Amino acid sequence: MKLTVKDLNSFYGPAHILFDIALEVGEGEVVALLGRNGAGKSTTFRSIVGLVENRSGRVMFEGRDVSDLPTHAIVRGGLGYVPEERRIFTDLTVEENLEVGRQPKRPGAPQWDREKLFKLFPNLGEMRSRPGGRMSGGEQQMLTIARTLMGNPSLVLLDEPSEGLSPKIVEQMVDAILAMKKEGVSIVVSEQNLHFARLISDRAYIIERGRICFGGTMAELDARPDVRDAHLSL
Amino acid sequence: MAFYIVQFLTGLASAASLFLVASGLSIIFGVTRIVNFAHGAFYMLGAYVAFTLTERFSGAFGFWGGILVAALAVAAIGVLVEMVLLRRIYHSPELFQLLATFGLTLMVEDLVVLIWGPDDLVGRRAPGFKGAIDFFGQNIPSYDLFLIVLGPVVLGVLWLLFQRTRWGVLVRAATQDRDMVAALGVNQKWLFTSVFALGVFLAALGGALQIPRDAVNHAMDLRVIVEVFVVVVIGGLGSIIGAFVAAVLVSELNAFGILIFPKISIILVFLVMAVVLIVRPWGLFGKPEAPARRTPGLTVNPWRPLTVNERLAAIAVLVVAAALPFVAGNYLLTVGSEIAIFVIFAVSLHFLMSVGGLASFGHAAYFGLGAYGVALLAKMVGLPMIACLLLGPLLGLMGAAVFGFFAVQLSGVYFAMLTLAFAQIVWSIAFQWVSVTGGDNGILGVWPEKWAASPSHFYWLSLGIAALAVVILRIIVFSPFGFALRATRDSPLRSEAIGINGKRIQWTAFVIAGTVAGLAGALFAYLKGSVFPDNMGISLSVDALVMVLLGGVETVSGAVVGAIVYKALNIWLVSQTDLSKLVLGGFVVLIVVAFPKGIVGTLEAYMHRRRKSSSSAPSPLLTSRIESAE
Repeated sequence: MKLTVKDLNSFYGPAHILFDIALEVGEGEVVALLGRNGAGKSTTFRSIVGLVENRSGRVMFEGRDVSDLPTHAIVRGGLGYVPEERRIFTDLTVEENLEVGRQPKRPGAPQWDREKLFKLFPNLGEMRSRPGGRMSGGEQQMLTIARTLMGNPSLVLLDEPSEGLSPKIVEQMVDAILAMKKEGVSIVVSEQNLHFARLISDRAYIIERGRICFGGTMAELDARPDVRDAHLSL
Repeated sequence: MAFYIVQFLTGLASAASLFLVASGLSIIFGVTRIVNFAHGAFYMLGAYVAFTLTERFSGAFGFWGGILVAALAVAAIGVLVEMVLLRRIYHSPELFQLLATFGLTLMVEDLVVLIWGPDDLVGRRAPGFKGAIDFFGQNIPSYDLFLIVLGPVVLGVLWLLFQRTRWGVLVRAATQDRDMVAALGVNQKWLFTSVFALGVFLAALGGALQIPRDAVNHAMDLRVIVEVFVVVVIGGLGSIIGAFVAAVLVSELNAFGILIFPKISIILVFLVMAVVLIVRPWGLFGKPEAPARRTPGLTVNPWRPLTVNERLAAIAVLVVAAALPFVAGNYLLTVGSEIAIFVIFAVSLHFLMSVGGLASFGHAAYFGLGAYGVALLAKMVGLPMIACLLLGPLLGLMGAAVFGFFAVQLSGVYFAMLTLAFAQIVWSIAFQWVSVTGGDNGILGVWPEKWAASPSHFYWLSLGIAALAVVILRIIVFSPFGFALRATRDSPLRSEAIGINGKRIQWTAFVIAGTVAGLAGALFAYLKGSVFPDNMGISLSVDALVMVLLGGVETVSGAVVGAIVYKALNIWLVSQTDLSKLVLGGFVVLIVVAFPKGIVGTLEAYMHRRRKSSSSAPSPLLTSRIESAE
């Protein structure tokens, strides 16, 4: 397994947010984490990369227990994270944003550099010295993915990549994710949009009120319209 | 005309060091979000170490090498400080960060005196820049010309460093969003350490470069830090260009201010700062900050008025305290009066800090204004004591009304810097305006009238006023005004959304706190029979902060206990050691790191846990550390 999460519990102050989350991601797989607003998708990702301080449970990445490592060490180990709010450095240019994400090459992981990423996201190549703050939402979304890929991750947590984007840009996003998969990057993508998830994912988990309530292939999910209707708004 | 040009060039030369120190402060703040109050101390250390090295090693190489090595050595000390102290408090509320670095400043001041002695040290002239250049009959030291060139050169080097290196890109990224930088695999710890090292290096270099111009002394840290605060408030914290422009502006205002107001040239700088604050509260080149981070207060046990039993207990304690004159001698009664006065002072700051969420680093200004108010009324106008006690604090009120108006336009670290700068301005007026205030000699012979002259009578008077002040402030805390003030403290946006005029509420709180502090100062003047500029000095402001902290920032009246314990310890300590600043500074750092809830706060948490454990699980709110959420 590329990534195994077991018994993950998370808290914000006194509030218990995640309950015994368990996930598995295989080598080269694209797995969707589906759920409504506030179901706990982002918190799951933030907990995996160590951005939620108050958490318990096991996170195994490439056979290594990374639960107690600080965020930067987890990420350096090859577990990339693309946050939902994009969090582009607005004062930095496109190239400088990519520079922040750059990490040494890692044997066994797909490798990326600026030129390769500009091929994957041609828009970015045309605005290399534009400050991040003067880009459209779609361009920022591409930049934040490209920035994470600069760290040569072998697995990427993608938090709601389609959120707030126009259908045209969503199409480009699908292509980009499939291209990443082809390069050999394992991906966990959180989504509210089942249609989008279906285009890219091999398997899916559904999360509701901080608990995983379904896990299986996309075909298995399609065979359970009751589950789908109960936990996802279409 | 030539004279004015020379004056202008002198200003530019002074700007160089100021720019170095201010840019260092700005860089550190940008990434770590800590306003390093110890920056002046590093500046001073740079000067002292450079003095020693340049005296020890001769020749041009010895001089310039000495300056560089001094800056590097102090930067190494900075790295040590960052790793040992700052790493523990990056997630603490701003107040604690400010206090810890301030504690450091106090320690350095005493250490410097211990190592280099209390006298001014005059350093060597710079080899190659010993002479002066004749400019239409006026002399310009060639070293000044060197500094004038150095400023822009450093600015250029810093610009290249931040724009053209990976390290610079990372620092700029972290300035905006440090968590995201960590989420991209960058080890923040070393980024922070390196940034702090660079900032300290710049400060120390600024200090080291001053030795050919100025004598090295152990008060230069506070002098420079106040100027630096003014510079970054005008230029915008976090902006290097802003630091440069504002450093030039402030230095020129000083250079020409001396010609216009020879005695109180600082007034001119103050006026410019006031204008900038009104037009652009975030500084000329700064950016508006998001609403300030949470101040201590959210993790508190819900505040409530005292129960009937607790009130009876408080009255009983007061009665016991009032019985002191029947058992104690005159010295003890004088100490008791002083403690009562400091209870008044501490609760006034506590009101501003804990209830208002406004941590003033210059509260002694209003204490001192009250004291000077009494002294001037008694000596110049000759009013009776009662009238003086009633009218004297009005000077504190007026000072608080003027300075408070500007201060509450800002929040968080800006507020702290500004209040400190204001207090220094008031102090320097008292120090320089000799014809009215007597300058360093103070005003003597302010004795109480017969009815209050005996130690026991004065003790009762102080105790009574202290009790009254505590009760009145508590009533205000639990009044609608107090609720509005706390609402503004906890969430400026939400309270504004329900129609509270936050700025006016905070201004009112500032004035109330200043007036009560003035009352304490008024009593203090009568207790000592004299007033001096030190009555509004920085160390008194810090004393008050420590009293509040020791009592517990999150409590309603912890400052009462804090003041009693601290003042008693302090009086004892001063009688025991000459290094009181060192001990005091160490004490401040220790409280911040190990004991942030204070005496009363710790007791409250303990009581609450015991009560809870008998019924149900402890509330996570109470067991949590004091921490700020972003």
